[in-house]
Amino acid sequence: MFKQTRCLLIFLTFGLVPMLSGNTQDLSGDDMRSLDGQVQEIKSDVLNIASELNVLEERLLYPSSTQLAVFVSLDGEQDFRLDAMQIDINGEPVAYHIYSFKELEALQKGGVQRVHTGNVVTGNHEITVTMTGKLENGGDFSESGNFAFTKGVKPKALGVTLRSEGFGTTTIQVGDW
Amino acid sequence: MGRKSLLTGLLLAGCLAAKPSVGGELKDLYFGEALYFAYQGDFFAALERLDTEVKMHAGVDEPELDTLYYHIDAAEFSLGDFELRYRMHHRAGRAIRAVLEGAVDEATRNDAAFRLARIHFQKSQMPEAMQALGRIDGKVPEAIRDDIEFLRANVLLAQGHPGAAAAPLRALQGSRSFGGLAAYNLGIAYLQGEQRQEAVTQLDRAGQTNANGPADLAIRDKSNLVLGTMLLEDGDYARAADFFDRVRLEGPFSNQALLSSGWASMSAENFERAVVPWGILADREATDFAAQEAMLALPYAYGKLDVHGRAAVLYGDALDTFGAEINKLTASIESIREGKFLQALAREEIRRDKDWVMRLRSLPQSPETYYLMELLASHDFQTGLQNYLDLADLHNKLVTWQAGFDSYEELVEIRSEHYQPLLPAVDKRFRQLDSRLRLRIEQHSMLVKRRDDLLTTPRPEFLATRQEPEDLKRIEMIEAALRDTAAQYPTVMTERTQRLKGLLAFTLATDYHNRLTEFDKNLRDLDAAMHIAQVEYDHYVRTRQAATHSFVGYGKDIKSLRIQVSQALDRIGLLMARQGHLIEVVAIEALVSRRARLESFSDKARFALADSYDRAAQRQANTEAAP
Repeated sequence: MFKQTRCLLIFLTFGLVPMLSGNTQDLSGDDMRSLDGQVQEIKSDVLNIASELNVLEERLLYPSSTQLAVFVSLDGEQDFRLDAMQIDINGEPVAYHIYSFKELEALQKGGVQRVHTGNVVTGNHEITVTMTGKLENGGDFSESGNFAFTKGVKPKALGVTLRSEGFGTTTIQVGDW
Repeated sequence: MGRKSLLTGLLLAGCLAAKPSVGGELKDLYFGEALYFAYQGDFFAALERLDTEVKMHAGVDEPELDTLYYHIDAAEFSLGDFELRYRMHHRAGRAIRAVLEGAVDEATRNDAAFRLARIHFQKSQMPEAMQALGRIDGKVPEAIRDDIEFLRANVLLAQGHPGAAAAPLRALQGSRSFGGLAAYNLGIAYLQGEQRQEAVTQLDRAGQTNANGPADLAIRDKSNLVLGTMLLEDGDYARAADFFDRVRLEGPFSNQALLSSGWASMSAENFERAVVPWGILADREATDFAAQEAMLALPYAYGKLDVHGRAAVLYGDALDTFGAEINKLTASIESIREGKFLQALAREEIRRDKDWVMRLRSLPQSPETYYLMELLASHDFQTGLQNYLDLADLHNKLVTWQAGFDSYEELVEIRSEHYQPLLPAVDKRFRQLDSRLRLRIEQHSMLVKRRDDLLTTPRPEFLATRQEPEDLKRIEMIEAALRDTAAQYPTVMTERTQRLKGLLAFTLATDYHNRLTEFDKNLRDLDAAMHIAQVEYDHYVRTRQAATHSFVGYGKDIKSLRIQVSQALDRIGLLMARQGHLIEVVAIEALVSRRARLESFSDKARFALADSYDRAAQRQANTEAAP
């Protein structure tokens, strides 16, 4: 009974459609797969271009003798939500970043963000890190710290680590990587 | 379609869950940066950084001094994961193969073998996947033990060995991660192995497992739907209806379950019961495949119940709905033909959540994407769509890079104009200073050697003052004169010269250590001065080199990159056009097919509407004619 009733309806309603659609879908599937191979090739080529371009940009814009890069990471569990961060070098603001939810999540999972790449001459300098955000209780907070560092002839990488000390206290640490 | 693709969908779901991680304290900044992008789903940026970092690590002379050394296995695993997630299946696996072939411990090797097998599985290379799984031997990390067995079962199922797949699936029945999926897949394995009774029992069990989240609930619904469909095909309508009723009313399989439940009741000639699920379904989303069928099936059931007036009204409603949907489909087909679908796809702001394709329908003049849901669920179409979006992203990146080349060339030009006139004079002055410094360095080296010699072989005359050799010379001249004229001078003169000579020798001998100490101290002071001079010299050389490097040697590189970018843009343009056309063709075919179905439904409804009116009128006439 089921088969009889259903078949009647299906025959009337679907008629010729599945046959037609089936053949074209297969054909499209083959074309899609063929294109997929070519898309993978171009992805690989563009990745190589990106890599070459990065090297060129680094040589041209941030030579090793003056290169300074600042990275940010979170350490352990946080009882705050980081909203924004400002980096000043020798009193001059060089980076200001507002965090999206995705970026914050990536930091919480252990990712490291390059927040600034620039140039400074060899010698002694000062970095100021200012972070703003919200505490678990909804209150606003802002922390700031000054740190001295020395730039030598090699590229300099500074790591800014934010750690929650509980009770709404947050420490900012800056060190060499 | 049917069971095979249904099964594949669920098989893949469990196998793609692999998250990149550091595994311990992070020591390599650039690996951390790659993870930062990967965690945000930006696998292009993640690959760009990690690929470069891994290549650089491979090129260093002492890899154990490189910070990536501590994470190299995790980095190579992540590279494979990123390549897969960026849909670069052809490249994926190279880095993991490198781990397998390297000198690593047993647990890492087994982890690598598992990851390689998973890549082969996703590339549909089942023999290679099985071969990789065969390399797993000895200590297996606890975290991936269930994953390995689940993958093994899926590979066996895909190879058409359901009997062999059943053993690992049975072992996974209590697994926290794969319990629900393994229960369903075991039922499918029995079904593929033609063990129908075992399949029914197992799917019944899978349809009642404890569910901990939406995914588990969906698997449970799916098990009940598959089992109900099996029983419906077997003609066991009452039991089939029970299993369809187990499917949640709000889950992803509810519409199909409601439709099938109605057909089960209808087949059992229980028309009143059929009206209930179809009544619910007919009020749902008018674009849904099952709901549209229910709009026609519901009045059909009322007709069977001899409620022809109600049936006629419902056929009328169905006709109105089908008419509106046909118009919508026609407009959607037209919109795709005009290129609006691809334009909407390329809009980045709409792609912020996983349901973005569905939200396209809200854009003006965009096609009704609800009709494309079935198409979107197909692997090939999804790949094509994703490829189109990836190509659009690559195109945007390349256009941005291309715009940067002019700035770079201008920067190089400005630097060249600034430094070129200054450098000849600077170089001339430097050459003078350079020769003086070299002389001083040579003198300094000679003095250091003399001090070192004096420490082993004392030579007091070497430390004589400037006056002392002159005094000695004068004394010796006096002595010679005295000898020549000995008769004229008394002996006392000769004694005096000898005393003076002795005094000189005595001073040189007794003051030697003090003089050596003084000499050493002065030399050390000179060392410090020489060091400062050398630092200044090195600093100058570096600055001079930096000046040259800031504008020399870029022209060729920029030109080469400009050509590469331009060629890549041409290729991407071509690929986007082909991929876009294919997407449009397939989407239009899907919509045309749905429109044809609705047109056919409309014809049927129109015919049935007239029939229902006739029957209702006949019934009314009979009632009125009755005494």
